[in-house]
Amino acid sequence: MKLWGRQALAAAPDFVFLGKCTMSKDDDDTFIELKGIVKQYGGVTALDGVDFRVKTGKAICLAGENGSGKSTLIKILVGVEQPTSGQIFVDGKPYSHVNPRQAAASGISVIFQDFSLFSNLTVAENIAFATQLSGKKRLFDRGATRRIAQEALDRIGVDIDLDARVETIPVAHKQLVAICRGLASNARLIIMDEPTTALTGREVQALLGIIRKLKDSGIAVVFVSHKLAEVLEVCEEVFALRNGRNVAEGPARDFNAASLTRHMTGRDVPEAKPPLNIDQAETLLVVNQLGKEGAFEDINFELKAGEVLGISGVLGSGRTSLAKALFGLVAPSKGSITLSGKNIPLGNPIAATQAGIGYVPEDRLTEGLFLTQSIIRNVAVGRFDHHRSGGFLNLTSLVDEARGWIERLRIKAPDYDAEVKSLSGGNQQRVALARWLSQTPRVLVLNGPSVGVDVGSKADIHAIIRELADSGIGIVVISDDLPELLTTCGRILMMKDGRIDSIVMAGEMDEIELAAKLAS
Amino acid sequence: MNRLSLKNLATRNETLVAVVIVAFCLLATFSDPLFLSVTTLTDLMRASVVIGILAVAAMMVLISGGIDVSFTAIAVFAMYSTTVLTLAVMPDMPWYFIFAISIGIGACLGAINGFFVVICRLPTLIVTLGTLSVFRGFLLTFIGSQRISALPPEMRGFSRMMIARGTTEAGSFYAIPWAVAALAIVVLLTLFILHKTMLGRSIFAIGGSLESARRIGINVRGAQFFVYCYVGALAGLAGIIHGAMGRMADPFSLVGLELSVIAAVVLGGARLIGGYGTLTGTLLGVSLIVLVENSLIVVGIPSTWQFVTIGLLILLGTGLPAWQAKRAAAKSA
Repeated sequence: MKLWGRQALAAAPDFVFLGKCTMSKDDDDTFIELKGIVKQYGGVTALDGVDFRVKTGKAICLAGENGSGKSTLIKILVGVEQPTSGQIFVDGKPYSHVNPRQAAASGISVIFQDFSLFSNLTVAENIAFATQLSGKKRLFDRGATRRIAQEALDRIGVDIDLDARVETIPVAHKQLVAICRGLASNARLIIMDEPTTALTGREVQALLGIIRKLKDSGIAVVFVSHKLAEVLEVCEEVFALRNGRNVAEGPARDFNAASLTRHMTGRDVPEAKPPLNIDQAETLLVVNQLGKEGAFEDINFELKAGEVLGISGVLGSGRTSLAKALFGLVAPSKGSITLSGKNIPLGNPIAATQAGIGYVPEDRLTEGLFLTQSIIRNVAVGRFDHHRSGGFLNLTSLVDEARGWIERLRIKAPDYDAEVKSLSGGNQQRVALARWLSQTPRVLVLNGPSVGVDVGSKADIHAIIRELADSGIGIVVISDDLPELLTTCGRILMMKDGRIDSIVMAGEMDEIELAAKLAS
Repeated sequence: MNRLSLKNLATRNETLVAVVIVAFCLLATFSDPLFLSVTTLTDLMRASVVIGILAVAAMMVLISGGIDVSFTAIAVFAMYSTTVLTLAVMPDMPWYFIFAISIGIGACLGAINGFFVVICRLPTLIVTLGTLSVFRGFLLTFIGSQRISALPPEMRGFSRMMIARGTTEAGSFYAIPWAVAALAIVVLLTLFILHKTMLGRSIFAIGGSLESARRIGINVRGAQFFVYCYVGALAGLAGIIHGAMGRMADPFSLVGLELSVIAAVVLGGARLIGGYGTLTGTLLGVSLIVLVENSLIVVGIPSTWQFVTIGLLILLGTGLPAWQAKRAAAKSA
């Protein structure tokens, strides 16, 4: 699973090894301090007088939505961007800006969401490369490389084959390699961008264990994560940003998921929703005895107009295959799908589209969107014949349509011809939605509708889902995000080993009970 | 480095190419017992020198994540203009000076590529496609379009310098020219740069991920600039050796060879996406291409078929490992 939305959370303490370890005052263990940082891009102010502080031995959570300026703040911290004004103090010494090498030399290390590793090089080289570079060595020393790498791995107590190429190791190991790379270059502060998104629950626990070890050895860790609960668990301090300004800071124990969300979004995100009265509604989709060997079997359910149906289950329970089968991306071997009584050919996405089924995939980047193309093209693709006028494309109607969707779905974009990859995760998801909505589907299958989008956008997307349902579309939400399912769905089908294990009605269970059921 | 497990070995391009080479030699020996002789071997070695040096150069660009198609134009430009210059200024110049001039001209032309790629940040294929034409056109328009067969004496002298020569028991003549040593030196130097220097490891890293390389503070521009200058220098060397060995400075030669060279490199396992490539693989790829170009006739295939054969080898040699990788990925998913 990949994520695109970027979120900021930062925590930070560090090492006490530079001789200045007389802890006379509380401020003495401040490793890095940013004061009054302003950053302008052209006419846009990304950061407007932001203060940020990283202390030795503590963990800080820097929270903020997409566009809040947290990514910019981190870029300034690591020297990739230069602030327009403001001061940076490293160990009490003032700088107007730092460059990447200075930042690295003073022990600031970033673990990017994509880990920024070299997949063609070995684990050992990946860990030791930066260290070797900063040593200004001209010759490559294989022995030293292996030694540095082994030491770093030993410090976090994991065992990874030093000679394996990084392309061959699992995701969780790649992250550990990235952490070790920071350790090898004597990191005093490790900034982690979305560290938990690609990991399973067990791997997250292992990671948190390692984070605690790092903190014990005096290394600061700054978290950037969507999963606020996980962040708070290991952080001591919280900084929240909104629209390029500080909006809250304090000890992590003073915050909880809800208050953090409020600070980040500037509003209370409603979690409950009125149940829809759909008893009288027309039955749209009927799935009968659907089965596919090795994926799922004996699937029966109905979907009414205006209903939001959730499908959940652990990874491997068959939920993704089922979602794809509904849209014909996976060909079931038996059973049938009918829409308003009309049989839909199985395993044929074009027929499904024509029948009025829309599908928004989980992996927007690889399955759903043309990233380097504009919003307008992404919305219009596949239905250029709707904009035909005498054999030519009617550009005005294309533009009108794209503008309409930008407005209706509150897509934050400079204009309709902006490249989709320049948008945040939440806005990309809205473009993907707009594409399908423009086809006026009768049934919409949403696979992980809010994977990789920030809290505010998530609430917006949930509101959009509700609006769509109210307008009479039948919606299937496939997700393992339990709060999301509880917020949006009237019924939840729980899948297990390819079968529908049980059906949970809205309001019947809370998150904890549902989680227990999922895990059982 | 890759561990040499059996499975690993079986899926590597090098292995596949080596197997094809052995099979080809067996087949050739079967149809003509004289094929497997010192004479054939030394002939093939002579034929491999120029394409070999060019292939090493092309491999380095591929590893760095770029592609260069202009090196043949650089080679012929450096060779011809060096010859013209030497004849005009000092015809008796020692051969090593002549070589140094050609290498220098090549490096300068490479620096022009480097300028466009590194400073202007243009795509490497576009840049080198452009300079391929510009360099060649400039050469033919301003420097000359006449073949020169009266080379400076020292150039002719170089082509007669032999490491070893003799007559086999069967009575056929063989000779190993010093030009072969040039290829050996280039291979060793490149091996050293790529595997024993931080610059070399940086080139691999840049090919693996340009963005990551920037982030950890690799001097990306410096390394890329070096790559294009190095390729230019090697092309200058290959060009002057080509002129000396062929005993003629032909401004129309070499250009057109670039795709064969890149084919040899790709056959040897270098990937067009960058970050991967071995000298062993490249040399095996060169051997196979040279073998096909020179000895196809021995196994009874008309020489006009060599293009088809090379094409099929490329499809097979690069397609098979790619297909295997895809299948392995599908299995594990």
